Amino acid sequence: MTVLTKLSKAGAIAIAAVLLSAGSTHAEVAHVAVASNFAEPIKALAISLEKTTGHQIKVTLGATGKFFAQIKNGAPFDALLAANAETPAALELDGFAQPGSRFTYATGRLVLWSADPVLVDGKGDVLRQGKFRKLAYAAPKVAPYGAAAVQVMENLGLQTLLAPKLVQGESIGQTFSFVFTGNAELGFVAMSQVLEGGQLKSGSMWEIPQPLYNPIAQDAVLLKRGANNPAAQALMALLKTQASKDLIRSYGYAP
Amino acid sequence: MLTSADLQAIGLTLRVAALTTLILLIVGTPLAWWLARTKSWMKRPLSAIVALPIVLPPSVLGFYLLVLMGPQGPVGQWTQSLGLGLLPFSFSGLVVASVFYSLPFMVQPIQTAMEALGDRPLEVAATLRASPLDTFFSVVLPLCKPGLISGVIMSFAHTVGEFGVVLMVGGNIPGVTRVVSVQIYDHVEAMEYADAHRLAAIMLGFSFVVLLALFTYNGTRRKGVST
Repeated sequence: MTVLTKLSKAGAIAIAAVLLSAGSTHAEVAHVAVASNFAEPIKALAISLEKTTGHQIKVTLGATGKFFAQIKNGAPFDALLAANAETPAALELDGFAQPGSRFTYATGRLVLWSADPVLVDGKGDVLRQGKFRKLAYAAPKVAPYGAAAVQVMENLGLQTLLAPKLVQGESIGQTFSFVFTGNAELGFVAMSQVLEGGQLKSGSMWEIPQPLYNPIAQDAVLLKRGANNPAAQALMALLKTQASKDLIRSYGYAP
Repeated sequence: MLTSADLQAIGLTLRVAALTTLILLIVGTPLAWWLARTKSWMKRPLSAIVALPIVLPPSVLGFYLLVLMGPQGPVGQWTQSLGLGLLPFSFSGLVVASVFYSLPFMVQPIQTAMEALGDRPLEVAATLRASPLDTFFSVVLPLCKPGLISGVIMSFAHTVGEFGVVLMVGGNIPGVTRVVSVQIYDHVEAMEYADAHRLAAIMLGFSFVVLLALFTYNGTRRKGVST
């Protein structure tokens, strides 16, 4: 019996030691809602966050408009990396976000992309020629990149011409899948989805010039639920570093 | 009350469901007959394939359809060689997806009714020199009417309630692939809750009435009302 009690004592001490050591590094987990277009960079940022601070983030990808509705209805997110500036501002106004925690972490760029390496020219003339069956864009009501795509079509005066060919993805992620599988020959997607290390991964693209659409300022905000979460705070700090800004730019965002 | 876009979505949904049900009736009845009568080792694997849509998430079906029906996929290359173009983002693509998705809801009630029939009516018909085809149409189908009616009601209702697959292969085109469930989803996404409520209430009412009709029909039949 005494051996047993000794053993259990030793066990308890060992467990306590493990718990204490875990506590001393304060490794926390934050749940972060991230706009679909930022899927690739957030992976790299999560790795560097864990390396430098030990904190982990769990990422949920989706459309910004959907996150807005979910957060207002009590979704358990600590931070939001939105695809626009309006949604974080509205969340702060409605008391769901930490006042003063908003900042622009990336400026999105819209491209016209095709999986076909010769379909899209450098001037976007393909849109006028109409030698394609389907053109994909994201739902403009909920996805800022979709709203930007509508601006481009309107500014080119092509919306009536293109209307019969349009197919809608519910987020920029789904829109990309339509074009990637070739079900839509063309699509308005985020540049971040088609670049890797500053190079076009595959297919052909037209970098749409800025006057055709308003810059897509993407804001991050700390939510009320994550106000005291060290992992969420660390992510916000990391996003503001020069190294992160350079990394984000290499993924196809404007400086 | 309802916007023209809502009415368009309702009309499209009913058209998809009606066409899907008709195709399933034509395809599903002989399939159910074969499954009910066969002694082949293929019976169990095929039954499992027919039942798959009951357990598969719509996202799995939607993802495979998108890949298979795309220009690089085998189905997509076949439809293109036939001059049909590609199925995703089209009305016909929606119907094809729905036929797969609602297959068990047509086949299973009919198969159950046919298995309950037993050999006797068929033997009687054979002694009266009825050909197998004649037997099928003048003996089997009339006796299996309750199963057929259940299958038709269930597959129609199930197709009306389809959402995930359509969201993945539909592309949300008004009048072509924007069905009621997707229209409701769009309203919710855009925080147009009043619009969402109106359509959702219609769907709820429709589903309840359909199921009530089905249970009432099955109930009166079991009480021994003569067929």
